[in-house]
Parts: sequence; structure tokens; C-alpha cells
Amino acid sequence: MALLDVIDLVVEFPTRRGTLRALDGISFSIEPGEILGVVGESGAGKSLTGSAIIGLLEPPGRVASGQIQFEGSRIDRLSPAQMRPIRGRQIGAIFQDPLTTLDPLMSVGRQLVETMQTHLKLSDRDARARAVQWLEEVGIPAAAERVEAYPHQFSGGMRQRVVIALALCAEPKLVIADEPTTALDVSIQSQIISLLKRLTESHGTSVMLVTHDMGVIAETCDRVAVMYAGRIAEIGPVADVVRTPSHPYTEGLMGSIPSLEARVERLRQIDGAMPRLGAIPQGCAFNPRCGRTIARCFTHRPDLMPAGATQAACWLVGGGAA
Amino acid sequence: MFAFILARLLQSVPVLLAVAFISYGMFAFVGDPVTAMLGQDFTAAERQAMIHQLGLDQPFYLQYLHFLWNVLHGDFGLSYRLARPVGELIAERLPATMELAVSAAVLSLLIGVPLGVFTGINRNSALARGLMTLSLIGVSLPTFLIGILLILVFAVLLGWLPSFGRGDVVHFSHWSTGLLTSSGRRALILPAITLGMFQMTLILRLVRSEMLEVMRSDHIKFARARGLSEHAIHFHHALSNTLIPVITIVGLQLGMLIAFSIVTETVFQWPGMGLLLVQSIGVADIPVMSTYLLLIAVVFVVINLVVDLLYFAVDPRLRSQGGR
Repeated sequence: MALLDVIDLVVEFPTRRGTLRALDGISFSIEPGEILGVVGESGAGKSLTGSAIIGLLEPPGRVASGQIQFEGSRIDRLSPAQMRPIRGRQIGAIFQDPLTTLDPLMSVGRQLVETMQTHLKLSDRDARARAVQWLEEVGIPAAAERVEAYPHQFSGGMRQRVVIALALCAEPKLVIADEPTTALDVSIQSQIISLLKRLTESHGTSVMLVTHDMGVIAETCDRVAVMYAGRIAEIGPVADVVRTPSHPYTEGLMGSIPSLEARVERLRQIDGAMPRLGAIPQGCAFNPRCGRTIARCFTHRPDLMPAGATQAACWLVGGGAA
Repeated sequence: MFAFILARLLQSVPVLLAVAFISYGMFAFVGDPVTAMLGQDFTAAERQAMIHQLGLDQPFYLQYLHFLWNVLHGDFGLSYRLARPVGELIAERLPATMELAVSAAVLSLLIGVPLGVFTGINRNSALARGLMTLSLIGVSLPTFLIGILLILVFAVLLGWLPSFGRGDVVHFSHWSTGLLTSSGRRALILPAITLGMFQMTLILRLVRSEMLEVMRSDHIKFARARGLSEHAIHFHHALSNTLIPVITIVGLQLGMLIAFSIVTETVFQWPGMGLLLVQSIGVADIPVMSTYLLLIAVVFVVINLVVDLLYFAVDPRLRSQGGR
């Protein structure tokens, strides 16, 4: 049984000028211990998927239909009180900007202790000892002394390590890492990613890694989901998606990655921009930017279809050309 | 920390000198205390003698230096009106004003902060909307009107509470308090509500808007994502992050409460400094007015110092920059 099952998830934002569909029928699953990467342009719905899973959609956003199942039971219809023991304990979260995700007025040790004591039966002393352990584990030097330190006394990279410790300290089975390195210095990014990978591996934690960075995906993830305009364009094992992309959008994404081996004058880019939520064209949402459209692309919207080792939402792979 | 306090106190010296100069100078040129003191019938000679006796025939700067010199020796002069040492008069009145101001401040904090948190968290509930509308009334109604309305309802119509005075007080050497007698406590209720009403609604609205701001922040979202309890999120993480602006405003408002309890004290005939000041202004009693202003300046200086020290207590970011 999969750890997390997202089934036909639809997230909508009611606005004054009608309802906007930000996620339109997303389905995927995450196995225990697996790292699923989620990529896509800004506004494709990556972070929103994460927020929906952890039940922290910003109002007025809401899950309009579909299901989110964690270990086989639905968690998308739970009350805040029922959801609270799941957050942190079963599903942890890491956010983008470590400079703003920590409470500036509370020492990192107390934030760790508070989080662990919320979910685990721990005495003050044990919780403190564990807090120091966690800081050591995420690579904070002199953890025993720095447990009393406040967030502003840490650098950005160190703060993200603290955030990771906080997300993992109640030993959740799944961590949603929402662009955990975007706000960090390039030189720190790979350290943080490898730390995350190492820790989740040793604790057997599954990860949903939301990122812009295909390089990170290729190095870190087991499978990857490519999102476009609120839908999954392609999903499958990383090696297959990276080497033999089936969806023209994925191809475009791969083409935009600079390579160290092949010298190219100019990186390929995908022309145009992703449509706004209110103006998604009929048929395939990617059709205005796609170089290989057929008639059907403008009339019918493709669902995910098997395409070799991956699944892609494209008529070209699903026999639509026939 | 000690150096910081010392620096602050030194900075306040020129402030106090300036306040002393302005207050003394301003009052020296308004009104005519001599005429007020002599009454209806007096000869020119009597008038001259009085002027000489009060030192009012000396040049202004000499009068000021004289005033300053005496103040530094703890002598605030004689009240023209009551012919008693000003220091004594103020010391008599100070406890009544402090009791009123502190009660009003405590009342406004005890009600304002929780209501601010409540309306900040449940901003769409009917109760919160109702409270916000009511708070508009508190912010916009003038103090004297609130006082008169309260007197009308609770003293005149219902007859529950006294309409004026301080009730029975208990004396401890230089201090007096009405908190230990039931009539003193009953007499305190209406004036304290009147004086604290504006502050309470101000604090309510301030805490609410700060809460709304903080609740949107990333660290609150992260606290939610860690499954912390609502109580911990609201009070440990959100409220503490609203404290800096709240402390600033509450500190200044406490100064305001002490300085401008004049209106409330007049409405309720509360025997405090404000009432003394109003009576002194009527007869241009310069020593009382100058000393009062000087005292208020000291109060503000002290409160600002306390506010700065509270910043250090609340915010670790400030502690690491300076302070030690």
C-alpha cells in the first residue's frame, strides 16, 4: 500500500469573477521511503499540492473534489483538531525561506522541544537531550551550546538545517519539502539537499520534494512529477523522465538545462508563458506553446496515459495521432 | 546594560532642563497671580509688596535660575494659591492619580489584550465584528462624555456606585490608597473605566491588527505545519511577536494616563494631580504648574526607559546587538 495517495484532487479558489481551478485532477502516490520530485513553472500548482496534503490551504482555497489518503485513510476532510496530530507527527513540512519560518523570539532548542513534546511523550530532560541530538544530526556545530541560541544567531543555511530538524523531530513518515533550497546561496543548496536525502533515508521517511531545479531532481529523487497549469503533465521514474521525456513540455524543460559536456551556443527555451488560471485554453493546456500539436490537442484534454516507463498527458503518446 | 541605562539617564537631563525652561517661561507670562491672590481690595503698595515677596520683580532669567536651583534642592516653591509647599501638595495628590492611572492601565490591558487576540483570531465571527464596532465608539467618544454617561447610568439612575470623590483612604506614611476600603474601591470603578476606555479600545485594535499581521507570517504557518496546538500558536508564537509595538504604545499611553487624567479627575472630582492642576491654572499658580509639567516629563522619561528595557527582555535580536 502506498503511504500517500492523491486521487483526482481538485483545488479551487472562489473569486468575485468566478471560481478558479488551481489544481485540476491531480493523481499520484508516494511509496514508503520514496522521494518524489515535483517540478514545474511558478504557478503550476506544486506548492499548492503540498499545502493541500498538509491541510494548510490558504482560504478561500479549498479541496473541491478528489481524495487525499494517508496510509489508506482519507485526510482531506478532517477537522483542524483531527488534522493537528497528523501534522508534524505523520507529515512534516519544510518551507522555502528559513529566514522567516522560525519564530524569531524563541530559542531553537525550545522550538524543537515544543514540537517534540506536542507529539511524543517526552520529559523535559529527554526532549532537551533529543533537541541537542537533532541539532547535531543536521550538522549544527557545537549543538549543545547553540541549543539556546535564537534563529537570528544562525546563518541562512544553518537556519534551514534547524528547519529540517524541526520538520523531522517528531519522526513523520512523509516530509513535504517546498523548495527547501530556493532561498539559499547556491554553494549551500547541495549541502542542504544531501542532508535532507541522508536524513530521510536513515529514518525511512518519504519525501515530496517541490523544486524548480531539475538538477536536484535528477540527483535526489526516485520518481518525478512534472506539473503544468494545475495538472500533471508527466510522471515516472527520474531516469526515464530525464533521458526519454514523453511530453513535449518535459522535453522543453530538459532542453533548458545547461550541460557541462555538450557545448551549445544558446539554451533552448519554451516559447510563451504558462496560461493564467482563468484563461486555460480548450484541449491541452500546453497547446499554445507546443510545437507538435495535432487537431485533437485543441479539442480534447489528454489524461495521463502510459508512455513507455512513464505516464504522460499527451495525445502523441496515447495513440491520439491515430 | 548598565551603560545603556546611564546613557539614557544622561540623555534625559537636557530634556528635563528644556521642559523646565519652557514650562516656567510659558507660565511666567500668562495670567497675573498677584491680582488673584490679593482679592478684591488692595492698595498699590500692597501689590508691590506682594510682587517683591514672590520675587516677580526680578528679571525672568533670574527667576528661572532661582526656580531651577531650588528644584535641584528638592524645593519646588510655594503655591501662590494655597501658600503651601508645592512638593507637599503634589505628594499628597500623587497617590490618587497613580492609583487611578495604574488601575485604568491594568483594566485596559486585562480587557484590551485578550479581546485583541480574540478579534484577531476570529476576525470573521459576529462577536468579533460587534466588538470592533463597539471599539470604534470607545476610540471616538470623548472622555468627559463617557464619564458623564457612566455617572448618569451607574450613579444617578441605578445608584450602584458613587459619582465623585475617592471614598475612604488608608494612609501609609507618605502614601495613601483607596484600594483597602470598600468605599475606596467602589469610588475607583467609574473613573478607572472612564480613563481606561480609550486606552482599552486602542490596545484592542492595535493587538488585533498586529495579530492579523503575525498570523499571516511564515513562522506561524510552519508552527501549524508542525501540528502545534492552537493555544501554543496563538499565545507562544503569535502574541509574543506582537509585543514590541504593543509595549511601545502601552508605555506611551500610561504616560498619557498619568499626564492627562485631568479631564477624568475633573468630572469625578478625583482628588489627584489633574484636579490640582486645573485649580492652579485658574489662578495662574506658576510654581504648581511648572512643577507638574516637570514631574510629567520625568514620568515620560522613566516610562520610555522602562519601554526600552522591556524591548530587550522581549526581543533576543536586540539583546545581541547592544545592551551588554
